[in-house]
Amino acid sequence: MARRIAIAGASMGGLRAAEQLRSAGWEEEILVIGGEIHPPYKRPPLSKEVLKSPGSIEEALAAVTLRQRRTATGIDWKLGAPVTGADLKGRTLTLATGEQLGYDGLVVATGLRPARVRVPGPLHGRHVIRTLEDSLGLHRELQPAARIVVVGAGFIGCEAAATATLLGCRVTLIEGSTGPMQRTLGRELSEGMRSFLTQRGVECISGERVAAFTWNDDGAGGTQRCTGVRLAGGREVQADAVIEAVGSTPNVEWLAGNGLDLSDGVLCDGHLRVLEAEHVVAVGDVARYPDRRTGTGPRRVEHWATPADTAKIAAPALVAGLNGTETPEPVAPLPAFWTDIFGIRVQGVGSPAVADRIEVLEGDPSRPADGAALAYYLGGRLIGAVTSALPADRQLHYRKLVTEAGLPASSQLAAV
Amino acid sequence: MKTVDVDRSLCDNHGQCAIAAPEVFRMNPDGVLEYEPTFDDSLLGEVEEAIDVCPVQAIFLKD
Ligand SMILES: Cc1cc2nc3c(=O)[nH]c(=O)nc-3n(C[C@H](O)[C@H](O)[C@H](O)COP(=O)(O)OP(=O)(O)OC[C@H]3O[C@@H](n4cnc5c(N)ncnc54)[C@H](O)[C@@H]3O)c2cc1C
Ligand code: SF4
Repeated sequence: MARRIAIAGASMGGLRAAEQLRSAGWEEEILVIGGEIHPPYKRPPLSKEVLKSPGSIEEALAAVTLRQRRTATGIDWKLGAPVTGADLKGRTLTLATGEQLGYDGLVVATGLRPARVRVPGPLHGRHVIRTLEDSLGLHRELQPAARIVVVGAGFIGCEAAATATLLGCRVTLIEGSTGPMQRTLGRELSEGMRSFLTQRGVECISGERVAAFTWNDDGAGGTQRCTGVRLAGGREVQADAVIEAVGSTPNVEWLAGNGLDLSDGVLCDGHLRVLEAEHVVAVGDVARYPDRRTGTGPRRVEHWATPADTAKIAAPALVAGLNGTETPEPVAPLPAFWTDIFGIRVQGVGSPAVADRIEVLEGDPSRPADGAALAYYLGGRLIGAVTSALPADRQLHYRKLVTEAGLPASSQLAAV
Repeated sequence: MKTVDVDRSLCDNHGQCAIAAPEVFRMNPDGVLEYEPTFDDSLLGEVEEAIDVCPVQAIFLKD
């Protein structure tokens, strides 16, 4: 009987894992089980192009659906069927449909879901952005002159604020404890991004936290709708719709009860093999694996290139484990990300978020729209670079410098 | 030899392809993509990676 590798999660991570399993020589069964009803699609446009002008649902879906490798044949898909439980010893998955499925090898690719602002209030009028439906639903609220409050100034919050402004909305961005994209870009460039967003019409409120939602109560027992936010400092901001972009939560509940470290995603070794489990690997945003380039311990990387980078390591490791052959030495992935905000593109490489020193290489970070580049160091070693509004060849040049800086002496494959 | 095609109406000059397959794709000093439409079979793996990472899926492998 053919052996089966089951892949939980049918987004980019699940797709890349299936493709890489075939590339790694796995000719037996591959079954991808997805919670969403759509075939794998890309998410970056959901806060950018698709949010701006989605067209019909068919058009939006066509614009985001991922093309699949022609060599990845014979893959079975079970969509719209979330996995609700796993027995890793018995090698069985339970689906929301009640169905039980056995497997020989398992790929965890269940990604993330948006975190919510943790204060009470009705959900009506409040939005998050992760799925195609989220983006289409939010688009309908972004009418000209609508008052939009965005809570959270990470990449997705800043992109959504820019897109809503371009659609003619009046946008207020509540930054929270750090400035726009500060966690990733560092303080100087973040401050530059704040002035840029402000110049383009976004009202930025710094250092404030949402203490409460406000909502209308029609008294007739109809649906209550969120009407804005009250900030910890006392100020009230009215909104026709609120966008919550306050980070994300890994989808790992279905793995509970198996003795895994699920404290932040799924803890893996440098081969993306899940610790304390046999024949289980993880890929994409949900995987927490050693950051060998910085030597700062295991972490999750939530970027576009992560599903492909991790699948390339995880698939051969899983196949080698199942076939009893030697596991190939993994490469140390170099993360890459980008964002488009009001027509300027910010591109990054490496792990700027963990830097202890930042240096300006080109331009002036306080004017990011005019072109700037920054270098990020940890313990004196270059670990990342970010360019803003510079041609891609500059980004490639800095990427080369980061690659050449190599791995720290402490670089190791084990997770701890 | 194999052939690859970039749909210029889609390409947004991200440069991701030039990271994955530098022998085939590169960004000129104006930040515009230049590429070699025909490439050696040994580079197929890299080109497939470039196809995967292109954020706008502008790269197509031809038969
Ligand atoms: C709005 C938005 C904009 C972004 N923009 C950028 C950008 O500009 N640049 C950049 O570098 N990155 C960007 N990203 C990040 C990038 O899209 C992610 O890194 C990527 O989607 C990760 O893919 P994944 O497959 O690991 O996880 P996900 O895309 O989260 O996929 C996980 C899948 O698993 C499914 N699932 C969850 N639980 C279960 C279960 N129990 N059973 C079965 N299936 C389940 C989910 O429904 C989902 O389909 C953006 C992300 C978002 C949301
Ligand atoms: S990755 Fe895609 S968009 Fe970017 S330069 Fe290459 S082909 Fe163009």
